[in-house]
This record gives sequence, C-alpha cells and structure tokens, in this order.
Amino acid sequence: MADFDVIVVGAGCAGSVAAYQLAKAGKSVLMIERGNYAGAKNMTGGRIYSHSLKKVFPDFEEEAPLERRVTHERISLIDPEANFTIDFTSDKMHTPGEDSWTVLRGPFDQWLAQQAEDAGAECIYGIPVDDLVTEDGAVKGVVAGEDTLTADIVILADGVNSLLTAKAVGAPTPQPHQMAVGLKELIELPAEVIEDRLLLAPGEGAAWLFAGDATHGHVGGAFMYTNKDSISLGLVATLSDLVTADTPVYQMFEDFKQHPAVAPPVKGGKVVEYSGHMVPEGGYAMVPKLVTDGCLVTGDAGMLCINLGYCVRGMDFAVTSGDFAAQAAIEALDAGDVSAAKLARYTQLLDGSYVMKDLRQFQKFPHFMESTKRIFNEYPAMVRDMMNNLFIVDGEPCVPLRRKLMDPVKTVGIMNVLKDAKGGVTAL
Amino acid sequence: MIKDITVNVDAKLSLNRYDVDEEAAHIELKEPDAAPDFDREFDKLVLACPAGLYKRDADGRTSFDYAGCLECGTCRILCGTTILDHWNYPGPTKGVEYRWG
Ligand SMILES: Cc1cc2nc3c(=O)[nH]c(=O)nc-3n(C[C@H](O)[C@H](O)[C@H](O)COP(=O)(O)OP(=O)(O)OC[C@H]3O[C@@H](n4cnc5c(N)ncnc54)[C@H](O)[C@@H]3O)c2cc1C
Ligand code: SF4
Repeated sequence: MADFDVIVVGAGCAGSVAAYQLAKAGKSVLMIERGNYAGAKNMTGGRIYSHSLKKVFPDFEEEAPLERRVTHERISLIDPEANFTIDFTSDKMHTPGEDSWTVLRGPFDQWLAQQAEDAGAECIYGIPVDDLVTEDGAVKGVVAGEDTLTADIVILADGVNSLLTAKAVGAPTPQPHQMAVGLKELIELPAEVIEDRLLLAPGEGAAWLFAGDATHGHVGGAFMYTNKDSISLGLVATLSDLVTADTPVYQMFEDFKQHPAVAPPVKGGKVVEYSGHMVPEGGYAMVPKLVTDGCLVTGDAGMLCINLGYCVRGMDFAVTSGDFAAQAAIEALDAGDVSAAKLARYTQLLDGSYVMKDLRQFQKFPHFMESTKRIFNEYPAMVRDMMNNLFIVDGEPCVPLRRKLMDPVKTVGIMNVLKDAKGGVTAL
Repeated sequence: MIKDITVNVDAKLSLNRYDVDEEAAHIELKEPDAAPDFDREFDKLVLACPAGLYKRDADGRTSFDYAGCLECGTCRILCGTTILDHWNYPGPTKGVEYRWG
C-alpha cells in the first residue's frame, strides 16, 4: 500500500486548491513545498480574477487576505517620451464572481495552504522534491533528500520552472521565445496616498498595464497594481528577444520606473522587496501532456497561462486546474484505477472549461506578438506623434485633423498598420 | 555591446531575505574552455538575469555569484544546455524567502 492517496508537489494556487479538495473529500494527502512557508518562493503581478476562487471558496472575500478589489482598469501605450492611457471603470467590476482582486502571494498562499491543512491535508515546508519514483512509466511517488514517499497519485503543481514534468510526462524544456522573465518591486506607501494618486475610492484598487515600449523597444510590457499599503511595480520581457537588447532587464525596469508617467505615483515610496519569476507565454502550443499513469500536471507546471499584454491570467487557471485535478483524482481513487486512461477525466474537464477554450482561442497570439515588433517601438511612437499633433498648440497654422492623424501612420506605412491590425484581430 | 548601467541591483537584492547555502552552489557554470560560445551565451545572462548575477567587468572578465539568486530559472531556460553545468533548486530551507511576493 502507498503511504498516501495523493502527494501534491508545490503549495502555490494550484497545489493548495488540489490538496484542499482532496482532503475535504476524505483522501489522505501530503503536500510538499520547498519554501519555508507557502508563498515564500512565489511572486505574481498581480491580480486574481475571482470567478475561479469563488467556486472553491464561496466566502473568500471575507476570509482570504486580499489587497484591493480592482475598480479601475488602466492600459497605457508607453513610449520613452510619452504615454497614452485609457482609464476604464464600471459597475460590473463590483460584481462578485466577475471582479478581480490584487493579492500578495506571501500572505495569500499561506491562507490557501492553511485551508488545505484545516481540511486535513498534511503539509511539509522547506523541502524540495528532488525526483519522482517511476515504474514502467507510471509515477509511484517522490524522492526528497534521503526520503522516498509513495502515493497512488502524484499531482505536480510545482510551477513554471518545474524540474519534474520532464520525467513525469516527457515535457520538453520550454524555448526562450515561450518564456518571459518578470521582475517586480514592492513599494510601500500609505493607503490614502495610493488612493489619491491613483484616483481610487477608499479600499478600491487599480490594475495598470503598460504595453508598447516599456522595454527599450523589445518584446515585453510592464505593470502597476495597487495593494492596501503598497504598489506592485514590475516589468516582463520575452527571453528570446531580451537577449538581443543592449540593456539588461533590471536597467530597463529602472528606466521604466523613472518615466514621467510612472515616477509620480510611486514617488517617495519605500522599496521593501525585489523579486523575479518567469511567466509561461507560449500559450496552447507549449502545453505538455498533462496526464500519465499515476500523475496529473496542473497550473504553471502545465503551462496553463495566458499573457495578452493587457490581461495576464495564470492564477485563475491554476486554481481551476487544481480543482479539476482533485476531482479527477477522487474519481480515480474511488474506482481503484489510477491509470492514464482513467485520469484522462482531468483533461476532459479542462477541455470543457474556459481553461482550454481560452488557451485555444488565443493560440495565435504569442506568435503575433513575437513577430510584430512594431508594437514595441514604432506604434507607441506613432500614437505619441498623433497625440502631439492633436494637443500641442505652438502658434503655427494648424494642419487638418486628417493629416494630424494620418501623417504618423504614413511614417509606419499604411500597409504595415493594416496588416498588423488584421493580424492582431485574428489572434485575439 | 551592453550600455552603461546606472542602477545598483545589489542594493535591491539586499532588501530581500535570504538564507544562502554556503556549502553547495545550486547553479554552477562550466569552465569557459569546456563550452563553445561561452562568451556569447554568458552575455545573454548578463542581459536576462533579473538579479544581475552574471557580470562582466571593464576588462571583459566574467563572474557569477549564486548568492543573490531569485530562483526564477531564466538562466536555466537560456543556457541550461550550453554553459550551465547544473541548475537545481537550493537545498532544504535555503535560498530566497519572499515576505510579500
Ligand atoms: C511578473 C508576473 C506577473 C503575473 N501577473 C499575473 C496576474 O496579474 N494575474 C494572474 O492571474 N497571473 C499572473 N501571473 C501568473 C501567475 O503568477 C501564475 O500563473 C501562477 O502563480 C501559477 O500558479 P501555480 O500554483 O501553478 O504555480 P506557483 O504559484 O509558481 O507555485 C508552484 C509552487 O511549487 C513549489 N515548488 C517548485 N518546485 C518544487 C519542488 N521541486 N519541490 C517542492 N515544491 C516545489 C514552489 O515553491 C511554489 O510554491 C504573473 C506571473 C508573473 C511572473
Ligand atoms: S535563476 Fe534567475 S536570478 Fe538566479 S541566477 Fe538564474 S537568472 Fe539569475
């Protein structure tokens, strides 16, 4: 007999939700996390879209350590010399289950893992799983240091940089064009200062994404999220293109932070943490096999993440995939059959849900971004010039509006703009 | 050519909490002679490591220190099969510890 019904590797969003559901269903669960507490190794932008969490924890708004509900969406097209912003707010952003909340993974992940523990899961912290025990391709357990522990099912929830999925399901190492590096500063400021500077009602929050040229003309973007007493400011850059730059990514971030549109909101803030983490960006094309005999792969370990520039989603995918993995595992354990064929219920659930539908919907997007470098240099400059033409009054006779707007377009080339617009619309 | 750097990343890293494993390096580079294209590959990491741990001094000499590692895995994706000898997670309880994340 195995030591546990299920071993979950990793106590991030996917792992803790899986462990919680399994324990709640009365299964014996061990969750192993390499950080000294859940969240100790984790970083995100970020905000979580609540629809996923609400299904698992209907009262999470009262219980979870959330930062602020996002009631302002800001999206900017940034150029080193200018910044064009759209600010959107709507009543819909207050609807439970359709809203989104900013989170900090230290407190948030500890709360999630605590739910699993309270439901009866055993959790070990500060121990990395080094290897998997396999037998004829079936996963039978894990190796951590000197110890070997066995389980009927192993759920891999070990994140974007999984060292275990290669052995479990033959996942290839992701390619540099499929991965981005993210870095972030956590900047402390008093709550009222944040609210005043970002035009927020007390307790409410903003998500602000910067597309265009936050990255010295290279493929990438930047973000600003408001927390209760701090601002998360960060930048993301796709690896394959970053290595052709002339500026290191941390210097790109510093230059972004000094931008006249970015510096004022964080002015005088105290930087208290500097973090780095990868984002899987390759979309559907990079999703490996998610099921094998005795094993399921969830969340970022399964590359279940979407980065559209104006919208980053990985935490809701992680929560839902953890939930589905638990459901498939429970059915398999009850049937006494943990073969890949039985566990394929997991991929069925994913296929039938937004997870795979959205990944498929946006499957052309990663290639579009990568192959349309104008988004990261020429278009921000084009919009800058249009807006300069529109707003700058210098006493020279005005040119007609048509020319104000079209001259910058001609600089890029009308055919290029049309082609890219068509490509973008198709990819989205 | 890499442009001038004005930011002090080491000062940023010093804000973080670490328990560095002094006994074992979780990431190690190959000897430059043992890897073809060592310099070109190394310079990718100078650009992409968010912690700025891959350094080249004014005379072009390379150095790497795993102590400030953020454990993101970027160098593994870029150079895991070229100039890295190995990439592991730090041993039990070691490495970076985010308080907020
Ligand atoms: C800069 C940035 C911004 C982002 N912004 C957003 C956003 O705004 N909204 C959003 O929804 N998503 C965002 N994402 C994506 C999101 O953070 C991830 O998709 C999500 O965290 C994935 O959750 P997970 O549980 O799969 O993995 P993780 O949260 O990474 O958890 C994996 C866990 O496994 C542990 N682990 C790893 N290996 C081992 C091992 N061998 N043994 C034991 N434990 C191990 C890790 O320590 C970790 O706790 C962002 C990501 C980045 C990097
Ligand atoms: S894992 Fe990340 S932070 Fe650590 S050395 Fe590699 S690139 Fe730098």
